[in-house]
Amino acid sequence: MSSTTANKKKKRTIRFWAVAVWLFVWQAVSVWIGQEILLVSPVVVLERLTGLVMETEFWRSIGFSLVRILGGFFLAAAAGILAAGLSAKFERIREFFAPAVMVVKAVPVASFIILVLIWVPSRNLSVVISFLMVFPILYTNVLDGILSTDPKLLEMADVFALPHAVRIRYIYVSQVLPFFRTGCSIGLGLCWKAGVAAEVIGIPDGSIGEKLYNAKVYLNTPDLFAWTVVIVLISLLFEKLFLAMVDGAVIRLERMR
Amino acid sequence: MEQGQIRISHLSKSYGDHTVFEDFSAVFQKGQTTCMMAPSGAGKTTLLRILAGLEKVDSGQIEGLEGLRISMVFQEDRLCENLSASANIRLVRGKKPWGRDKKLEAKISKAMAAVGLGGCEDQPVREFSGGMRQRTALLRALYSEWDVLFLDEPFKGLDEETKELVIEYTKKQCFGKTVIFVTHDRSEAGKMGGRLFKM
Repeated sequence: MSSTTANKKKKRTIRFWAVAVWLFVWQAVSVWIGQEILLVSPVVVLERLTGLVMETEFWRSIGFSLVRILGGFFLAAAAGILAAGLSAKFERIREFFAPAVMVVKAVPVASFIILVLIWVPSRNLSVVISFLMVFPILYTNVLDGILSTDPKLLEMADVFALPHAVRIRYIYVSQVLPFFRTGCSIGLGLCWKAGVAAEVIGIPDGSIGEKLYNAKVYLNTPDLFAWTVVIVLISLLFEKLFLAMVDGAVIRLERMR
Repeated sequence: MEQGQIRISHLSKSYGDHTVFEDFSAVFQKGQTTCMMAPSGAGKTTLLRILAGLEKVDSGQIEGLEGLRISMVFQEDRLCENLSASANIRLVRGKKPWGRDKKLEAKISKAMAAVGLGGCEDQPVREFSGGMRQRTALLRALYSEWDVLFLDEPFKGLDEETKELVIEYTKKQCFGKTVIFVTHDRSEAGKMGGRLFKM
Protein backbone atom coordinates (compact mmCIF):
# COMPACT_ATOMS: atom_id res chain seq x y z
CA MET A 1 0.00 0.00 0.00
CA SER A 2 1.36 3.44 -0.88
CA SER A 3 1.95 5.97 1.89
CA THR A 4 -0.65 8.31 0.33
CA THR A 5 -3.34 5.63 0.48
CA ALA A 6 -2.32 4.76 4.02
CA ASN A 7 -2.56 8.42 5.03
CA LYS A 8 -5.98 8.76 3.44
CA LYS A 9 -7.22 5.67 5.30
CA LYS A 10 -5.78 7.03 8.54
CA LYS A 11 -7.61 10.32 7.99
CA ARG A 12 -10.92 8.50 7.43
CA THR A 13 -10.64 6.03 10.30
CA ILE A 14 -13.37 6.50 12.91
CA ARG A 15 -12.13 5.81 16.44
CA PHE A 16 -14.41 4.50 19.16
CA TRP A 17 -13.19 7.10 21.68
CA ALA A 18 -14.12 9.97 19.29
CA VAL A 19 -17.64 8.60 18.85
CA ALA A 20 -17.95 8.20 22.63
CA VAL A 21 -16.87 11.81 23.20
CA TRP A 22 -19.42 13.10 20.67
CA LEU A 23 -22.18 11.02 22.27
CA PHE A 24 -21.17 12.38 25.66
CA VAL A 25 -21.28 15.99 24.33
CA TRP A 26 -24.72 15.30 22.82
CA GLN A 27 -26.01 13.83 26.08
CA ALA A 28 -24.56 16.76 28.09
CA VAL A 29 -26.08 19.43 25.81
CA SER A 30 -29.43 17.63 25.83
CA VAL A 31 -29.44 17.46 29.67
CA TRP A 32 -28.37 21.13 29.82
CA ILE A 33 -31.21 22.25 27.50
CA GLY A 34 -33.61 20.00 29.36
CA GLN A 35 -36.27 19.98 26.65
CA GLU A 36 -36.66 16.78 24.67
CA ILE A 37 -38.54 18.55 21.93
CA LEU A 38 -35.49 20.71 21.12
CA LEU A 39 -32.75 18.15 21.53
CA VAL A 40 -33.47 14.59 22.50
CA SER A 41 -30.73 12.67 24.35
CA PRO A 42 -28.94 9.68 22.77
CA VAL A 43 -30.31 7.42 25.51
CA VAL A 44 -33.91 8.32 24.61
CA VAL A 45 -33.12 7.83 20.89
CA LEU A 46 -31.75 4.39 21.65
CA GLU A 47 -34.86 3.54 23.69
CA ARG A 48 -37.11 4.71 20.84
CA LEU A 49 -35.06 2.76 18.32
CA THR A 50 -35.39 -0.39 20.41
CA GLY A 51 -39.15 0.16 20.49
CA LEU A 52 -39.32 0.73 16.73
CA VAL A 53 -37.48 -2.45 15.74
CA MET A 54 -40.15 -4.47 17.54
CA GLU A 55 -42.84 -3.06 15.24
CA THR A 56 -43.72 -4.76 11.95
CA GLU A 57 -44.45 -1.36 10.43
CA PHE A 58 -40.83 -0.34 10.99
CA TRP A 59 -39.51 -3.18 8.81
CA ARG A 60 -42.24 -2.60 6.24
CA SER A 61 -41.22 1.06 5.91
CA ILE A 62 -37.58 0.12 5.53
CA GLY A 63 -38.48 -2.44 2.84
CA PHE A 64 -40.63 0.11 1.00
CA SER A 65 -37.93 2.78 0.86
CA LEU A 66 -35.02 0.35 0.37
CA VAL A 67 -36.53 -1.26 -2.73
CA ARG A 68 -37.31 2.08 -4.37
CA ILE A 69 -34.16 4.01 -3.50
CA LEU A 70 -31.85 1.15 -4.37
CA GLY A 71 -33.93 0.42 -7.46
CA GLY A 72 -33.19 3.96 -8.62
CA PHE A 73 -29.52 3.47 -7.78
CA PHE A 74 -29.18 0.24 -9.77
CA LEU A 75 -31.07 1.65 -12.74
CA ALA A 76 -28.77 4.70 -12.68
CA ALA A 77 -25.69 2.47 -12.42
CA ALA A 78 -26.75 0.40 -15.43
CA ALA A 79 -27.74 3.45 -17.48
CA GLY A 80 -24.59 5.35 -16.42
CA ILE A 81 -22.27 2.53 -17.49
CA LEU A 82 -24.07 2.04 -20.80
CA ALA A 83 -24.20 5.77 -21.58
CA ALA A 84 -20.54 6.23 -20.60
CA GLY A 85 -19.51 3.32 -22.83
CA LEU A 86 -21.38 4.78 -25.78
CA SER A 87 -20.09 8.29 -25.06
CA ALA A 88 -16.50 7.04 -24.95
CA LYS A 89 -17.00 5.39 -28.34
CA PHE A 90 -19.05 8.09 -30.08
CA GLU A 91 -18.18 11.78 -29.73
CA ARG A 92 -21.70 12.81 -30.77
CA ILE A 93 -23.30 10.84 -27.93
CA ARG A 94 -20.91 12.49 -25.47
CA GLU A 95 -21.91 15.89 -26.83
CA PHE A 96 -25.58 14.90 -26.58
CA PHE A 97 -25.32 13.88 -22.92
CA ALA A 98 -23.10 16.80 -21.80
CA PRO A 99 -25.80 19.49 -21.36
CA ALA A 100 -28.30 17.06 -19.79
CA VAL A 101 -25.75 15.85 -17.24
CA MET A 102 -24.70 19.43 -16.46
CA VAL A 103 -28.31 20.50 -15.90
CA VAL A 104 -29.15 17.48 -13.70
CA LYS A 105 -26.05 18.18 -11.59
CA ALA A 106 -26.87 21.87 -11.19
CA VAL A 107 -30.64 21.78 -10.55
CA PRO A 108 -31.50 21.63 -6.81
CA VAL A 109 -32.94 18.28 -5.76
CA ALA A 110 -36.05 20.01 -4.29
CA SER A 111 -36.92 21.40 -7.76
CA PHE A 112 -36.68 17.92 -9.24
CA ILE A 113 -38.80 16.42 -6.48
CA ILE A 114 -41.63 18.92 -7.00
CA LEU A 115 -41.43 18.62 -10.78
CA VAL A 116 -41.31 14.81 -10.84
CA LEU A 117 -44.19 14.65 -8.35
CA ILE A 118 -46.39 16.14 -11.07
CA TRP A 119 -45.50 13.32 -13.47
CA VAL A 120 -45.02 10.29 -11.24
CA PRO A 121 -47.16 8.84 -8.40
CA SER A 122 -45.62 9.69 -5.03
CA ARG A 123 -44.94 6.01 -4.21
CA ASN A 124 -42.42 5.85 -7.08
CA LEU A 125 -40.99 9.33 -6.66
CA SER A 126 -37.90 8.15 -4.78
CA VAL A 127 -36.99 5.76 -7.65
CA VAL A 128 -36.82 8.65 -10.12
CA ILE A 129 -35.05 11.04 -7.73
CA SER A 130 -32.50 8.42 -6.71
CA PHE A 131 -31.89 7.71 -10.41
CA LEU A 132 -31.47 11.39 -11.25
CA MET A 133 -28.98 11.96 -8.44
CA VAL A 134 -26.85 8.91 -9.18
CA PHE A 135 -26.85 8.83 -12.99
CA PRO A 136 -24.68 11.94 -13.60
CA ILE A 137 -22.13 10.83 -11.01
CA LEU A 138 -21.72 7.32 -12.37
CA TYR A 139 -21.86 8.49 -15.98
CA THR A 140 -19.13 11.08 -15.42
CA ASN A 141 -16.92 8.79 -13.35
CA VAL A 142 -17.14 5.81 -15.67
CA LEU A 143 -16.57 8.01 -18.72
CA ASP A 144 -13.50 9.58 -17.06
CA GLY A 145 -12.25 6.08 -16.31
CA ILE A 146 -12.70 4.86 -19.88
CA LEU A 147 -11.09 7.97 -21.34
CA SER A 148 -8.10 7.71 -19.03
CA THR A 149 -7.42 4.08 -20.00
CA ASP A 150 -3.71 3.65 -20.70
CA PRO A 151 -3.30 4.20 -24.47
CA LYS A 152 -0.21 2.00 -24.44
CA LEU A 153 -2.28 -0.97 -23.32
CA LEU A 154 -4.82 -0.21 -26.03
CA GLU A 155 -2.03 -0.17 -28.62
CA MET A 156 -0.87 -3.53 -27.31
CA ALA A 157 -4.44 -4.82 -27.73
CA ASP A 158 -4.49 -3.49 -31.32
CA VAL A 159 -1.18 -5.12 -32.24
CA PHE A 160 -2.25 -8.49 -30.86
CA ALA A 161 -5.76 -8.03 -32.30
CA LEU A 162 -7.42 -8.82 -28.97
CA PRO A 163 -11.19 -9.41 -29.21
CA HIS A 164 -13.50 -6.77 -27.68
CA ALA A 165 -14.57 -9.03 -24.82
CA VAL A 166 -10.94 -9.54 -23.78
CA ARG A 167 -10.18 -5.81 -23.98
CA ILE A 168 -13.20 -4.97 -21.82
CA ARG A 169 -12.53 -7.63 -19.27
CA TYR A 170 -8.78 -7.27 -18.84
CA ILE A 171 -7.94 -3.72 -19.87
CA TYR A 172 -10.99 -1.51 -19.37
CA VAL A 173 -12.43 -3.12 -16.23
CA SER A 174 -9.26 -2.73 -14.18
CA GLN A 175 -8.71 0.83 -15.43
CA VAL A 176 -12.32 1.98 -14.95
CA LEU A 177 -12.95 0.24 -11.66
CA PRO A 178 -11.44 2.79 -9.26
CA PHE A 179 -13.57 5.48 -10.95
CA PHE A 180 -16.71 3.31 -10.78
CA ARG A 181 -16.07 2.47 -7.14
CA THR A 182 -15.69 6.13 -6.18
CA GLY A 183 -18.87 6.97 -8.11
CA CYS A 184 -20.79 4.21 -6.29
CA SER A 185 -19.53 5.37 -2.92
CA ILE A 186 -20.69 8.96 -3.56
CA GLY A 187 -23.89 7.86 -5.31
CA LEU A 188 -24.99 5.48 -2.55
CA GLY A 189 -24.81 8.21 0.08
CA LEU A 190 -26.55 10.69 -2.17
CA CYS A 191 -29.38 8.40 -3.28
CA TRP A 192 -30.43 7.84 0.34
CA LYS A 193 -30.34 11.55 1.16
CA ALA A 194 -32.25 12.57 -1.97
CA GLY A 195 -34.59 9.56 -1.91
CA VAL A 196 -35.73 10.15 1.66
CA ALA A 197 -36.05 13.91 0.97
CA ALA A 198 -38.34 13.01 -1.95
CA GLU A 199 -40.43 10.78 0.32
CA VAL A 200 -40.73 13.57 2.93
CA ILE A 201 -42.14 15.87 0.24
CA GLY A 202 -44.22 13.25 -1.62
CA ILE A 203 -45.30 11.43 1.60
CA PRO A 204 -45.99 8.00 0.09
CA ASP A 205 -47.83 5.71 2.53
CA GLY A 206 -45.58 3.33 4.45
CA SER A 207 -42.24 4.94 3.56
CA ILE A 208 -39.40 6.13 5.80
CA GLY A 209 -40.07 9.65 4.49
CA GLU A 210 -43.65 9.47 5.75
CA LYS A 211 -42.38 8.54 9.22
CA LEU A 212 -40.01 11.52 9.19
CA TYR A 213 -42.84 13.80 8.02
CA ASN A 214 -45.11 12.60 10.81
CA ALA A 215 -42.33 13.13 13.35
CA LYS A 216 -42.07 16.72 12.12
CA VAL A 217 -45.85 17.32 12.19
CA TYR A 218 -46.28 15.91 15.73
CA LEU A 219 -42.98 17.41 16.97
CA ASN A 220 -41.87 13.89 17.84
CA THR A 221 -38.12 14.52 18.12
CA PRO A 222 -37.20 11.02 19.42
CA ASP A 223 -38.84 9.48 16.32
CA LEU A 224 -37.11 11.99 14.04
CA PHE A 225 -33.70 11.12 15.51
CA ALA A 226 -34.41 7.39 15.61
CA TRP A 227 -35.43 7.29 11.95
CA THR A 228 -32.43 9.44 11.01
CA VAL A 229 -30.15 6.94 12.74
CA VAL A 230 -31.86 4.14 10.83
CA ILE A 231 -31.32 5.92 7.50
CA VAL A 232 -27.62 6.53 8.27
CA LEU A 233 -27.13 2.92 9.33
CA ILE A 234 -28.84 1.46 6.26
CA SER A 235 -26.93 3.80 3.97
CA LEU A 236 -23.57 2.93 5.54
CA LEU A 237 -24.33 -0.77 5.71
CA PHE A 238 -25.40 -0.95 2.09
CA GLU A 239 -22.41 1.10 0.94
CA LYS A 240 -19.99 -1.24 2.73
CA LEU A 241 -21.79 -4.35 1.44
CA PHE A 242 -22.02 -3.12 -2.12
CA LEU A 243 -18.41 -1.96 -2.33
CA ALA A 244 -17.23 -5.26 -0.83
CA MET A 245 -19.24 -7.07 -3.51
CA VAL A 246 -17.73 -4.87 -6.24
CA ASP A 247 -14.21 -5.55 -4.95
CA GLY A 248 -14.86 -9.27 -4.73
CA ALA A 249 -16.37 -9.44 -8.20
CA VAL A 250 -13.43 -7.59 -9.69
CA ILE A 251 -10.86 -9.81 -8.05
CA ARG A 252 -12.65 -12.84 -9.51
CA LEU A 253 -13.06 -11.14 -12.87
CA GLU A 254 -9.57 -9.86 -13.48
CA ARG A 255 -7.47 -12.48 -11.72
CA MET A 256 -6.66 -15.07 -14.32
CA ARG A 257 -4.37 -17.47 -12.56
CA MET B 1 7.94 -7.21 -55.64
CA GLU B 2 9.28 -10.57 -54.58
CA GLN B 3 6.85 -12.76 -52.58
CA GLY B 4 9.22 -13.10 -49.65
CA GLN B 5 9.83 -9.45 -48.92
CA ILE B 6 8.50 -6.60 -46.86
CA ARG B 7 9.18 -3.56 -49.01
CA ILE B 8 9.10 0.04 -47.82
CA SER B 9 9.11 2.59 -50.64
CA HIS B 10 9.63 6.35 -50.46
CA LEU B 11 8.35 6.64 -46.92
CA SER B 12 7.97 10.08 -45.35
CA LYS B 13 6.94 10.79 -41.80
CA SER B 14 7.05 14.01 -39.80
CA TYR B 15 5.81 15.15 -36.40
CA GLY B 16 5.15 18.85 -36.88
CA ASP B 17 8.46 20.40 -37.97
CA HIS B 18 10.45 17.32 -37.04
CA THR B 19 11.07 15.06 -40.00
CA VAL B 20 11.75 11.44 -39.06
CA PHE B 21 11.79 9.93 -42.56
CA GLU B 22 12.05 11.53 -45.93
CA ASP B 23 11.89 9.34 -49.01
CA PHE B 24 13.07 6.33 -46.99
CA SER B 25 13.12 2.93 -48.69
CA ALA B 26 14.11 -0.49 -47.39
CA VAL B 27 13.55 -4.17 -47.99
CA PHE B 28 13.30 -6.86 -45.31
CA GLN B 29 13.48 -10.51 -46.26
CA LYS B 30 10.74 -12.75 -44.94
CA GLY B 31 11.72 -15.86 -43.02
CA GLN B 32 14.80 -14.32 -41.48
CA THR B 33 15.88 -12.07 -38.64
CA THR B 34 16.90 -8.53 -39.48
CA CYS B 35 18.79 -6.58 -36.83
CA MET B 36 18.16 -2.89 -37.27
CA MET B 37 20.85 -0.66 -35.79
CA ALA B 38 21.03 3.11 -35.77
CA PRO B 39 21.89 5.95 -33.41
CA SER B 40 19.21 7.26 -31.03
CA GLY B 41 16.58 9.42 -32.71
CA ALA B 42 17.12 7.84 -36.13
CA GLY B 43 13.51 6.61 -36.18
CA LYS B 44 13.90 2.88 -35.44
CA THR B 45 10.95 2.76 -33.04
CA THR B 46 8.86 4.93 -35.36
CA LEU B 47 9.58 2.54 -38.21
CA LEU B 48 8.48 -0.46 -36.13
CA ARG B 49 5.33 1.41 -35.08
CA ILE B 50 4.56 2.21 -38.72
CA LEU B 51 5.09 -1.42 -39.72
CA ALA B 52 2.86 -2.56 -36.81
CA GLY B 53 0.11 -0.23 -38.02
CA LEU B 54 0.29 2.06 -34.98
CA GLU B 55 1.41 5.16 -36.92
CA LYS B 56 0.22 6.54 -40.23
CA VAL B 57 2.72 7.62 -42.84
CA ASP B 58 2.60 11.01 -44.55
CA SER B 59 3.47 9.39 -47.86
CA GLY B 60 5.04 6.23 -49.22
CA GLN B 61 4.10 2.58 -49.45
CA ILE B 62 4.55 -0.56 -47.42
CA GLU B 63 4.02 -3.88 -49.16
CA GLY B 64 4.23 -7.46 -47.99
CA LEU B 65 2.49 -7.17 -44.62
CA GLU B 66 -1.05 -7.64 -45.88
CA GLY B 67 -2.95 -10.34 -43.97
CA LEU B 68 0.03 -11.21 -41.78
CA ARG B 69 -0.40 -11.63 -38.03
CA ILE B 70 1.82 -9.26 -36.13
CA SER B 71 3.45 -9.62 -32.77
CA MET B 72 5.60 -7.12 -30.95
CA VAL B 73 7.77 -6.38 -27.95
CA PHE B 74 7.44 -2.69 -27.17
CA GLN B 75 10.09 -0.55 -25.51
CA GLU B 76 7.89 -0.66 -22.39
CA ASP B 77 6.51 -4.00 -21.20
CA ARG B 78 2.80 -3.01 -21.52
CA LEU B 79 1.58 -5.81 -19.27
CA CYS B 80 -1.78 -5.98 -17.49
CA GLU B 81 -0.76 -5.25 -13.91
CA ASN B 82 -3.42 -7.33 -12.15
CA LEU B 83 -2.90 -10.45 -14.17
CA SER B 84 -0.40 -13.19 -13.46
CA ALA B 85 2.58 -13.66 -15.77
CA SER B 86 1.01 -16.77 -17.28
CA ALA B 87 -2.30 -14.92 -17.80
CA ASN B 88 -0.54 -12.05 -19.55
CA ILE B 89 1.00 -14.53 -21.97
CA ARG B 90 -2.28 -16.41 -22.46
CA LEU B 91 -4.12 -13.13 -22.99
CA VAL B 92 -2.93 -12.90 -26.58
CA ARG B 93 -3.90 -16.49 -27.39
CA GLY B 94 -7.32 -17.51 -28.61
CA LYS B 95 -10.70 -16.07 -27.81
CA LYS B 96 -11.13 -17.33 -24.26
CA PRO B 97 -8.00 -16.44 -22.31
CA TRP B 98 -9.84 -16.98 -19.03
CA GLY B 99 -10.32 -20.66 -19.84
CA ARG B 100 -7.66 -23.11 -18.69
CA ASP B 101 -5.73 -24.95 -21.35
CA LYS B 102 -3.43 -27.40 -19.61
CA LYS B 103 -1.28 -28.05 -22.68
CA LEU B 104 -0.70 -24.35 -23.25
CA GLU B 105 -0.05 -23.75 -19.57
CA ALA B 106 2.56 -26.52 -19.52
CA LYS B 107 4.17 -24.98 -22.59
CA ILE B 108 4.20 -21.55 -20.97
CA SER B 109 5.67 -22.95 -17.75
CA LYS B 110 8.44 -24.57 -19.76
CA ALA B 111 9.11 -21.33 -21.64
CA MET B 112 9.14 -19.32 -18.42
CA ALA B 113 11.61 -21.72 -16.88
CA ALA B 114 13.81 -21.41 -20.00
CA VAL B 115 14.14 -17.64 -19.49
CA GLY B 116 14.68 -17.86 -15.73
CA LEU B 117 11.08 -17.24 -14.64
CA GLY B 118 10.31 -20.79 -13.47
CA GLY B 119 7.80 -20.91 -10.60
CA CYS B 120 6.54 -17.36 -11.23
CA GLU B 121 3.63 -18.34 -13.49
CA ASP B 122 0.87 -17.45 -11.03
CA GLN B 123 2.50 -14.35 -9.60
CA PRO B 124 0.85 -11.03 -10.56
CA VAL B 125 3.24 -9.05 -12.76
CA ARG B 126 2.88 -5.97 -10.57
CA GLU B 127 5.12 -7.82 -8.12
CA PHE B 128 7.79 -8.40 -10.79
CA SER B 129 11.08 -6.55 -11.23
CA GLY B 130 11.77 -4.67 -14.47
CA GLY B 131 13.78 -7.56 -15.92
CA MET B 132 11.10 -10.11 -15.08
CA ARG B 133 8.45 -7.93 -16.70
CA GLN B 134 10.61 -7.53 -19.80
CA ARG B 135 10.97 -11.30 -20.14
CA THR B 136 7.22 -11.80 -19.63
CA ALA B 137 6.51 -9.27 -22.39
CA LEU B 138 8.94 -11.12 -24.67
CA LEU B 139 7.27 -14.47 -23.99
CA ARG B 140 3.86 -12.92 -24.62
CA ALA B 141 5.07 -11.78 -28.04
CA LEU B 142 6.66 -15.14 -28.83
CA TYR B 143 3.58 -17.10 -27.72
CA SER B 144 1.01 -15.10 -29.67
CA GLU B 145 0.16 -16.49 -33.09
CA TRP B 146 2.37 -14.45 -35.41
CA ASP B 147 3.82 -14.27 -38.90
CA VAL B 148 5.98 -11.20 -38.29
CA LEU B 149 7.62 -10.25 -35.01
CA PHE B 150 8.87 -6.77 -34.17
CA LEU B 151 11.30 -6.52 -31.28
CA ASP B 152 12.06 -3.05 -29.95
CA GLU B 153 15.10 -3.37 -27.68
CA PRO B 154 13.71 -6.51 -26.04
CA PHE B 155 16.79 -7.28 -23.94
CA LYS B 156 17.22 -3.83 -22.46
CA GLY B 157 17.79 -3.84 -18.71
CA LEU B 158 18.65 -7.54 -18.41
CA ASP B 159 21.88 -8.56 -16.67
CA GLU B 160 24.51 -10.22 -18.86
CA GLU B 161 23.85 -13.78 -17.69
CA THR B 162 20.07 -13.51 -18.13
CA LYS B 163 20.53 -11.74 -21.44
CA GLU B 164 22.58 -14.66 -22.80
CA LEU B 165 19.86 -17.09 -21.73
CA VAL B 166 17.02 -15.01 -23.17
CA ILE B 167 18.77 -14.25 -26.48
CA GLU B 168 19.51 -17.94 -26.95
CA TYR B 169 15.86 -18.83 -26.28
CA THR B 170 14.51 -16.05 -28.53
CA LYS B 171 16.85 -17.04 -31.34
CA LYS B 172 15.56 -20.62 -31.21
CA GLN B 173 11.92 -19.50 -31.23
CA CYS B 174 12.49 -17.13 -34.13
CA PHE B 175 14.44 -19.48 -36.36
CA GLY B 176 13.16 -19.38 -39.94
CA LYS B 177 10.60 -16.70 -39.16
CA THR B 178 10.29 -13.03 -40.08
CA VAL B 179 11.70 -10.93 -37.27
CA ILE B 180 12.72 -7.27 -37.24
CA PHE B 181 14.83 -6.56 -34.23
CA VAL B 182 15.89 -3.11 -33.07
CA THR B 183 18.91 -2.66 -30.83
CA HIS B 184 21.73 -0.27 -29.96
CA ASP B 185 23.91 -3.07 -28.77
CA ARG B 186 26.29 -4.55 -31.35
CA SER B 187 26.88 -7.69 -29.28
CA GLU B 188 23.11 -8.33 -28.98
CA ALA B 189 22.85 -8.01 -32.76
CA GLY B 190 25.74 -10.42 -33.18
CA LYS B 191 24.22 -12.98 -30.84
CA MET B 192 20.79 -12.81 -32.47
CA GLY B 193 22.39 -13.34 -35.87
CA GLY B 194 20.55 -12.63 -39.09
CA ARG B 195 21.01 -9.74 -41.46
CA LEU B 196 22.31 -6.45 -40.15
CA PHE B 197 20.45 -3.38 -41.37
CA LYS B 198 21.91 0.06 -40.64
CA MET B 199 19.64 3.07 -40.95
